[in-house]
Amino acid sequence: MLTTERTVLQFTPTPSSTSLSAKVHPLVIFNICDCYVRRSDQAERVIGTLLGSILPDGTVDICNSYAVPHNESSGQVALDIDYHHNMLLSHQKVNPKEVIVGWYSTGLGVTGGSALIHDFYSREVPSPIHLTVDTGFRNGDTAIKAYVSVNLSLGENQLAAQFQEIPLDLRMVEAERVGFDILKTTTVDKLPNDLEGMETSMQRLLVLIDDIYKYVDDVVEGRALPDNDIGRYLAEAVSSLPILSPQVFDKLVNDNLQDNLLLLYLSSITRTQLSLAEKLNTAAQIL
Amino acid sequence: MANPAPTRSFLQVASTEEVAPPLRVVQIEGLVVLKIIKHCKEFSPALVTGQLLGLDVGSILEVTNCFPFPIREEDEEIEADGANYQLEMMRCLREVNVDNNTVGWYQSTLLGCFQTVELIETFMNYQENIRRCVCIIYDPSRSNQGVLALKALKLSDSFMELYRNNNFVGEKLREKNFSWMDIFEEIPIKVSNSALISAFMTGLEAETPVSQCDFDRLQLSANPFLERNVEFLIECMDDLALEQQKFQFHYRNLSRQQAQQQAWLQKRRSDNMARKTAGEEPLPEEDPSNPIFKPIPEPSRLDSFLITNQIANYCNQINGVAGQSFSRLYLMKALHEK
Repeated sequence: MLTTERTVLQFTPTPSSTSLSAKVHPLVIFNICDCYVRRSDQAERVIGTLLGSILPDGTVDICNSYAVPHNESSGQVALDIDYHHNMLLSHQKVNPKEVIVGWYSTGLGVTGGSALIHDFYSREVPSPIHLTVDTGFRNGDTAIKAYVSVNLSLGENQLAAQFQEIPLDLRMVEAERVGFDILKTTTVDKLPNDLEGMETSMQRLLVLIDDIYKYVDDVVEGRALPDNDIGRYLAEAVSSLPILSPQVFDKLVNDNLQDNLLLLYLSSITRTQLSLAEKLNTAAQIL
Repeated sequence: MANPAPTRSFLQVASTEEVAPPLRVVQIEGLVVLKIIKHCKEFSPALVTGQLLGLDVGSILEVTNCFPFPIREEDEEIEADGANYQLEMMRCLREVNVDNNTVGWYQSTLLGCFQTVELIETFMNYQENIRRCVCIIYDPSRSNQGVLALKALKLSDSFMELYRNNNFVGEKLREKNFSWMDIFEEIPIKVSNSALISAFMTGLEAETPVSQCDFDRLQLSANPFLERNVEFLIECMDDLALEQQKFQFHYRNLSRQQAQQQAWLQKRRSDNMARKTAGEEPLPEEDPSNPIFKPIPEPSRLDSFLITNQIANYCNQINGVAGQSFSRLYLMKALHEK
């Protein structure tokens, strides 16, 4: 009975924030970096809104962002709220499925002004995510972090807000699709075409196969310690090949090759036809 | 603006009419590449467009940012809304120091069938306002095969001149020695990233030596893609045949008209001979009011040129994919023998 009377110091986590995680698309990182590079002279950091959606499993999918101009002086932060709303409207015209999921700021960790801005975003969306991108790389390798805020209250009185770090998924399948070779370096003179891309892929595959050969040989000769997991993966990979008799396999490959050859032949014939037709067309006009 | 000397004042630079060097390279930021891909992929298979922002530096066109357009609807009110959206977006982006100088637009395409009259019209519209403009084409259907299908195009100058004067008749084309290959010019693309992004991406790159891209490339089945390509190719061929029929029809009409003219002339001459012997004034040998002397307009060759361009494009794609399949099949064979 007494406990109900007692005021307790407690965290009141916002609903569903307990097992929250976030996924960041590479575009967001690119956008933030670009905004940071283009920030105005006096600004030390850039702040912006994160857009995205909440996946069925509760993960927050951050897939777009835009910068919001702000003024910061001696503990005061003034955000251009009109700008924020205009930009939001514009973005939603293009893709109505993207909603506000939080906000980002450059710099290391959470700073004093962050709580104020976080408050503002809490009014826009329940439990916003705060993403920080350390453009100075002061903290070694983990430059990108995500937080949610948890309120610390004493009874009815709110005392403070605590920022809790949440797991962030930085695997970038889209970036891999485009190719890290293009996104990683500062200048790429030429986009790889069909065959060049194929060549690099094959080279990588070759290196992998060589590695495995070496590993298996080492294990067989007793030079390296066998690892059951690797063995299982290898067995799986080998057994995933369908068992075909050489004749059947040869037939399959040859059929496919012939199909492709036929197509090539067809397309060359079409081209020849086109150039021939052009010659005839221009010649036929001399009536 | 080849290389304006720093001592010249802005007015001087502005007043001197300089001959622009030809556009050699389109330099795209990685950010723009990702934005275009995101927009085009999200709405695939619907076709979408957006605006490119950037700077025009000598023979390089830098594309530093872009923004998507909402899907267009055939309604005037909404169209006005679209214009507002564009202005609003430009204003907002300027506030965060993004280059707000339009350099062209991007659009998605399905299997590369982008050579349409609409594209040419849009291009001409843009060209009226900005001297140098480019169209970036992205094909989401090809990205599943590990290819970054980005293309930068512009219309060639000779084509624009012809198009403005609406000179798509055989004689003019022959005069200019203009063929279907000269409509579009593909400009090489360069991708650039800021050092900051480069640092982040190096840090974020996965440790595994294989990436999704490699996986996509080594996928054995390219047949659905090829099939659709061939299907489109056949459709185009039919269209082209239709165009050819139009021309045949035109030539047949032309020769029939000439025959009629000859017959009429012969008749008139014999009449005149008769009149001469009778001592009367000869009738004129030309009669503009006669319908057989009205010239028959020649159908425009633009459509058949565009179709030809598309066919060539499909052929290229088939060649590319078939080439890839060859390497895959031989790889497969080699692996199997081991």
